[in-house]
Amino acid sequence: MKNPIEQLNKVFDSRIRLGIMSALIMNNRSNFNDLKELIQVTDGNLASHMKTLEEAGYIQVEKGFIGRKTNTTYAITTSGKKAFKSHLDALEKMIRSID
Amino acid sequence: MKIPFNLIKKHSAELFANAENCHLLCISKYFLMSNPAQSLETLHDIKRMMERSSRFISLSGWSGIAAGGCALVGAGLAHQRIVHYYQTEYQVVPGAIKELKLDLILIAGLTFVAAFVLAIFFTWVKSKKEGVAIWGATARRLMWNTFLPLAAGGFLIWHLIENNVYGIVAPACLIFYGLALVNGSKYTMGEVRWLGYGELILGITNLWFPGKGIIFWSLGFGLLHIIYGFAMWWKYDRVSVSDDNLQGVKAD
Repeated sequence: MKNPIEQLNKVFDSRIRLGIMSALIMNNRSNFNDLKELIQVTDGNLASHMKTLEEAGYIQVEKGFIGRKTNTTYAITTSGKKAFKSHLDALEKMIRSID
Repeated sequence: MKIPFNLIKKHSAELFANAENCHLLCISKYFLMSNPAQSLETLHDIKRMMERSSRFISLSGWSGIAAGGCALVGAGLAHQRIVHYYQTEYQVVPGAIKELKLDLILIAGLTFVAAFVLAIFFTWVKSKKEGVAIWGATARRLMWNTFLPLAAGGFLIWHLIENNVYGIVAPACLIFYGLALVNGSKYTMGEVRWLGYGELILGITNLWFPGKGIIFWSLGFGLLHIIYGFAMWWKYDRVSVSDDNLQGVKAD
């Protein structure tokens, strides 16, 4: 049997990135401030994790304006959904392995 | 997105309750996500985050109890006013029905405002305690999805009153409120759905008992709210203390 640990996605090692993905999968689009409040991290911290997810191609960023204020919104991509799903499956396998 | 919640439930107890596995849990911090207990905790985190990001969870049980109390007081006042009308004014004072109508609308309006303000207040207290903002994307979604059926029902009831069709005002209130709750339950605690079903059953039953509106009204808006509020308080608000203890144990 293949070791399920190998199927765990390195990108999702971080709890913050996992939190971001969980939130985005439930919402079509979230903006930076909502995510920040939800996950309770600092601006810089969230931004750097967002960058990682964006570089992995899991999220799609859109920069816009509300009045004069910048409004950055994020959405999960199809490949992001797939990656998250298989990560969950891998986690599930790990739990089942104790049976 | 399917998460094996039943699996989580099944194994949570045995993984966390078992002393040997507690040991496992502590060690697991050094081997990131390399054992079942750690995976389980991660899945728990994911579930929590999904819920927090999609549902408005600060709704307090006290809100329900307070709203129910207001409804009972309001129903009592309305009942007194109606009895007063039939005992002293009916077919004696011309135009008294108009005054009765206005008074009843006033009582209903005040009851609604009082219940709404108290519900918001207790929810505000709870969100403050949990450190969650009361107004956000989830609250907005909840508001929109409950207010839409309510507004539609409101127009219908307004029209009914205008045309002196009083028999189905109370059932219409209950039915539209039930629909609003069922619709809104997707965006807050799922249990709200059951409250909604209760209101719907009462409202539909009331259609066959047109003279008993006020009784159904007190049952639906009073009693059901209080039962629901108490159940929610019992399930969530009361538990929060022991939940902290649990986390303390886990941290050890």
